[in-house]
Amino acid sequence: MSKVHIKLTVNGKQEELLAEPRELLIHVLRERLGVTGPHIGCETSHCGACTVDMDGKSVKSCTVFAAQANGAEITTIEGLGNPDGLHVLQQMFKEHHGLQCGFCTPGMITRAYRFLQENPDPSEEDVRFGMAGNLCRCTGYQNIVKAILAAAAELNAAKEAAQ
Amino acid sequence: MNEMTPPKAERAAALKGLGTERKRVEDARFTQGKGNYVDDLKFPGMLFGDFVRSPYAHARVKSINAEKAMAVPGVIAVLTADDLRPLNLHWMPTLAGDKQMVLADGKVLFQGQEVAFVVAEDRYIAADAVELIEVEYEELPVVVDPFKAQADDAPVLREDLEGNMEGAHGPRRHHNHIFTWEQGDKDATDSVIGSADVVAEEMVYYHRTHPCPLETCGCVASMDKVNGKLTVHGTFQAPHAVRTVASLISGIAEHNIRIISPDIGGGFGNKVGVYPGYICAIVASIVTGVPVKWVEDRMENLMGTAFARDYWMKGKIAATKDGKITGLWCHVTADHGAFDACADPTKFPAGFFNICTGSYDIPTAYLAVDGIYTNKAPGGVAYRCSFRVTEAAYFIERMIEVLAIKLGMDAAELRTKNFIRKDQFPYQSALGWEYDSGDYHTAWDKALKAVGYADLRKEQAERVEAFKRGETRKLLGIGLTHFTEIVGAGPVKNCDILGLGMFDSCEIRIHPTGSAIARLGTISQGQGHATTFAQILASEIGISADDITIEEGDTDTAPYGLGTYGSRSTPVAGAATAMAGRKIRAKAQMIAAYLLEVHDDDVEWDVDRFVVKGAPERFKTMKEIAFASYNQAIPGVEPGLEAVSYYDPPNMTYPFGAYICVMEIDVDTGEWDIRQFYALDDCGTRINPMIIEGQVHGGVTEALAIAMGQEIAYDDMGNVKTGTLMDFFIPTAWETPHYTTDHTVTPSPHHPIGAKGVGESPNVGGVPAFSNAVHDAFRPFGLVQSHMPHDHWRIWKTAHDLGLHG
Repeated sequence: MSKVHIKLTVNGKQEELLAEPRELLIHVLRERLGVTGPHIGCETSHCGACTVDMDGKSVKSCTVFAAQANGAEITTIEGLGNPDGLHVLQQMFKEHHGLQCGFCTPGMITRAYRFLQENPDPSEEDVRFGMAGNLCRCTGYQNIVKAILAAAAELNAAKEAAQ
Repeated sequence: MNEMTPPKAERAAALKGLGTERKRVEDARFTQGKGNYVDDLKFPGMLFGDFVRSPYAHARVKSINAEKAMAVPGVIAVLTADDLRPLNLHWMPTLAGDKQMVLADGKVLFQGQEVAFVVAEDRYIAADAVELIEVEYEELPVVVDPFKAQADDAPVLREDLEGNMEGAHGPRRHHNHIFTWEQGDKDATDSVIGSADVVAEEMVYYHRTHPCPLETCGCVASMDKVNGKLTVHGTFQAPHAVRTVASLISGIAEHNIRIISPDIGGGFGNKVGVYPGYICAIVASIVTGVPVKWVEDRMENLMGTAFARDYWMKGKIAATKDGKITGLWCHVTADHGAFDACADPTKFPAGFFNICTGSYDIPTAYLAVDGIYTNKAPGGVAYRCSFRVTEAAYFIERMIEVLAIKLGMDAAELRTKNFIRKDQFPYQSALGWEYDSGDYHTAWDKALKAVGYADLRKEQAERVEAFKRGETRKLLGIGLTHFTEIVGAGPVKNCDILGLGMFDSCEIRIHPTGSAIARLGTISQGQGHATTFAQILASEIGISADDITIEEGDTDTAPYGLGTYGSRSTPVAGAATAMAGRKIRAKAQMIAAYLLEVHDDDVEWDVDRFVVKGAPERFKTMKEIAFASYNQAIPGVEPGLEAVSYYDPPNMTYPFGAYICVMEIDVDTGEWDIRQFYALDDCGTRINPMIIEGQVHGGVTEALAIAMGQEIAYDDMGNVKTGTLMDFFIPTAWETPHYTTDHTVTPSPHHPIGAKGVGESPNVGGVPAFSNAVHDAFRPFGLVQSHMPHDHWRIWKTAHDLGLHG
């Protein structure tokens, strides 16, 4: 099968590779680039474990061809923290017991990261609706919702303090 | 106490021991995408395995032609039953005493059954090859109904058992019959029921579903031909048992097998059993000499590995006119699918279903369970429940409601009237269990008060009147449940899996500087063992939980244990942890006495140190004792500070709880809305309230899924109708309601720290609470019993059949 030449940026790092046209973004990330934070939970875009941020949008990388990500800017869970420490969402998930087995967590936090930019001051209902593309089998979402609302409050407080 | 010693309470708090809402130590890596799950593993030269699966539920396999597949560049091998036969691995033993085909041996018995195993250089090539393998089938008559499977002329499913009428659990009476398991006193029960004032009779069906953890099952098998050692990383809830089974069936010496369970993305019972994928990956690695990875996809997971439930429970419950229960009779038709691959303790082919007398003082009872083969996937695992306990709880909690209807009595009052009283514990049940402790009336009263039960009933009655006047189309249901769990399997005298006693273990090493590592025979799948076991130990040995590493899941380093399922980690391994800690403390006492130049009996324990009795200024902290154990020659005391405990529990533990669900139901659309869900759990001593609450949240949500929509459904041809997450219901944050959690504390009298386990209670209690709410909403209109899952269509149909659509 002829291969497609793909250039993309993953967590700030330029990557260049040849992939089959049918190769999925999640497989390229996990198996070629060693970015194993995003997981595979269903292959039908229902569970959201593979959620990554692609050019400012949440996408389920199990239903995006790697070729479609040519030229794209990708952020995964590995790109959310910085050398100084954890992203506030990562902190709040820990603080509020927003995870158990941890398998959905990378997709969940990556989606929440984009969601809070789409809606910086969400109601609880907004969070529940905005996160409905990501499934969790362990937490019953109670503490995930709490963690995201707490992160929103922290981010807003930090914004206000900066102004 | 000298001036430098901080007060007792301050020192105790610093330990972060029992009862502390300690934040989880696991979370740092999980929140940063640094978890280490099976599919994250990558080894040099690693190959990928993938299955050809049967499209038919019952068919003869006439031929398998892999020629085209083998011609694809990158395809290394295709394995069929013929390749496994010389190794005697074409069939494997199940945990239930049956055997199961690893790859189709002449015929297939369920849709999705493993037919051939492709090994290729990457997963895309493997998938291509799967498509190119030509299998010729000859269809056979299909039977998916366990009642029809028992007809004289029903197709013979298990030809390998033909003529063999002695099964693993006694005589078989039909070619599709697996076992009959009886408990209790049949004659006495028949007599009580025959002469009772009131008898309620009902068929209660608990449908087939699936644990569906977000991470599917998988493994990487690596045979190192140089040193003869087989290493298997896999999604194993019981790594040591897997090692022993792997050794027994492969012939590889057990010391040459190393099983490692890395991080596991949820288990819920799905990852207890041994699956054909594991065997095929191991064989493929032995054949190729390089690591072979097999990870199932979601459809394979739902179709092939470990279904749960599928119990048809016929019940009769007898009572006096004023509602005192006098007897319970139950017959279960258990659909086990094509192979009996239940993961129960060996002597319990229907698990602990004989807990089905529930929270009630029922003097006489009888139970019979018939296991039946059908053309469905094998399994019958404990999906977030302890071995058929959730089926038992659903059965008795429905029968109580059915009896309340028959008596014209309030269902809460009927429960109150029949609870086992606090002074009756330890309580001997009519079906053979000794309940360790409980205080059901206190929990029940607290729950009813918390939800304002009397007011809810008033509101419900008003709603019914308003509905009849045509002012609303919504009904109100109040779902009551009081459940009793039985967990912590279990005493070696009656609990084993394939002959392996169900004890568990903990080994502790204290380092010279006073920190520690503890290894256990269990394995966390999200329960937070690294956090909570350190808390148990902190309280026992006076070393801060932050200074204790917990390690599980590597059979080369962890002591032998039977693993994590059936809420057994805290009751069994938690007990082992406390007992090993006490051994450490006993040795520490001798060392402290030596250092303080007093007799052993003259020192006493004080949170994190031993002090000289009557001279609190003279003490040795655990840190000092730890160092001394490595640097002093103490007469009569071995150097070092280590201990190991293998704990054989004297009894199971019996957590319980009271759950109440208030549900609004739209009669015209069948839509439901959970207005309130109150969950009171009594799991004995509470180790980490934050983690307990999290377990309840998750378990109730799984119960919501099961009761309200989740199902593994088959059509008459044996086709799986719910093979993806599009059809298999998993609630999102949007559908999931709020939960109010509460607790009482009735410690287990036989557990070293009084803990009982909680992980599965919310699933066991949640399902009847949701289902009872649906039934209760329609009770005023004559509904007695309907079948789960209560999806919108079924609720609509119930309303329709009751004539509520005009």
